[in-house]
Amino acid sequence: MIEINNLTKRFAQHCVVDSLSFRVQPGEVLGFLGPNGAGKSTTMKMLTGFLAPSAGSASILGFDIQKDRLKAQRQIGYLPEGAPCYGDMSVRSFLEFIAAVRGFRGAEKRERVARAVAQVELEKVLEQSIETLSKGFKRRVGLAQAILHDPRVLILDEPTDGLDPNQKHQVRKLIKSLAHDKIVIISTHILEEVTAVCTRAVVIAHGKLLADGTPLELESRSRYHQAVTLVAEEPLDQVALAALPGVAGVEENALEHSLSVLAKPGQVIFPQVNALIAQHGWKVKELNVERGRLDEVFRSLTRGELV
Amino acid sequence: MRQLPVIFQRELASYFATPLAYVFIVIFLVLSGVFTFYLGGFFESGQANLAPFFNFHPWLYLFLVPAIAMRLWAEERKSGTIELLMTLPITRFEAVTGKFLAAWAFAGLALLLTVPMVVTVNYLGEPDNGAIVTGYLGSWLLAGAYLAIGSCMSALAKNQVIAFILAVSVCFLFIVSGFPMVLDGFSGWAPQWLVDAVASLSFLTRFDAISKGVIDLRDLLYFLTLIAAWLAATAVVIDLKKAD
Repeated sequence: MIEINNLTKRFAQHCVVDSLSFRVQPGEVLGFLGPNGAGKSTTMKMLTGFLAPSAGSASILGFDIQKDRLKAQRQIGYLPEGAPCYGDMSVRSFLEFIAAVRGFRGAEKRERVARAVAQVELEKVLEQSIETLSKGFKRRVGLAQAILHDPRVLILDEPTDGLDPNQKHQVRKLIKSLAHDKIVIISTHILEEVTAVCTRAVVIAHGKLLADGTPLELESRSRYHQAVTLVAEEPLDQVALAALPGVAGVEENALEHSLSVLAKPGQVIFPQVNALIAQHGWKVKELNVERGRLDEVFRSLTRGELV
Repeated sequence: MRQLPVIFQRELASYFATPLAYVFIVIFLVLSGVFTFYLGGFFESGQANLAPFFNFHPWLYLFLVPAIAMRLWAEERKSGTIELLMTLPITRFEAVTGKFLAAWAFAGLALLLTVPMVVTVNYLGEPDNGAIVTGYLGSWLLAGAYLAIGSCMSALAKNQVIAFILAVSVCFLFIVSGFPMVLDGFSGWAPQWLVDAVASLSFLTRFDAISKGVIDLRDLLYFLTLIAAWLAATAVVIDLKKAD
């Protein structure tokens, strides 16, 4: 378990992380969300022992990151932001270096490196120097060094930043396959990633925790949760829709003859809307119930419009 | 302590991954030859010893050794790999010392390549080979002291050029601290013990003694303490500046 208690980091007088507290259990994939400069990376740097907190504490599987730094760090695989690597080394010698620092020697070292290389598919570039690799490959080298010692805690700072859609998919698949019985924390500002890989999302802004829940719970905080969006061939009667029980309002969409009917919190309005359509005999081309829009929740949370 | 050799190996190999190592060795060998034979008057002196060779080392190292040390930490900070290194389960001591020892071993290697000089002087006459050995030891210790200063300056500056200039300046201060022009600046107002303390910091007097074949335990301790102190300072600076 990772335990974070009132973790705080001040630079000069500026408070970057403001008494953050939460816990992460094995098996959880925690998505750490927030706008740029929210304090995500700083929090991760404190969790991995790179930065000392100004106040508060963090422990990794029972090891305090300040008092028992080395023991805690042995449990962690960390991909720092931007996946820095020693550019003048070849992929193989870099990974062998990391394996040696992690305490592996001889045949076990080679086996560990080979397994990590296979997991992120680096076989083709093994002998190339890292600085000649594309961004996607560099990121994968960073991932390989993080998972090499099969850590029980994986902390990945923007693991898919700057990758193309195929590479993103691959990295997410990898994270999912690793996640079993591990603690995974990934920071991101890509919201689709949260629904794709995370079992839990924590939203922070200005160093403060704003929301903590499953992606579904977060989505349900959206105004669009349970909203019904219709696309019709003819103009729709907005007044009739708005008058239905449980309806909070009607919004016009950019598309012609397209409306979103918003539900009041906790209400299900699909049956009523459906009945009204049948009653008026509208020709509806598309009809769907929204789960909620994460980006909208994110925006309103981080701007302080919704608590 | 188990990881120190791993850090050492990687760092030493990284010197040879770029042309830097070869350029350095060539320049070092050419310059030490020029200094010995032209400026030092090796032949004209008519003496079978390597004094003309060692005498110039404090000045030769002043510019060459900071060039080896400047990348030690500045590069790590610039490329962000310091975050990788410092989140691996290694102690500060292992990181700082491992990197320093690699640079020191590299300087030692360059120094060993001047062995033809020893062969030459043995061919021409009958030198005191014991003094030559202590001369090498003194020269290597001197390089170590410069490197330790350079390591600290490299931790201080993110830019390698600035790290280089800082290191040259501080090393220069340590060379000239025994010179009358510096001591005069102190003798007017400072108590005698301070003047003596400043004078005793000088590399030159210590190095001269060792390179003439006189090994005084205090001189050895001086260099080793200086190295240890600057490395400790490096560790402190890294902790303070790593996040910038």
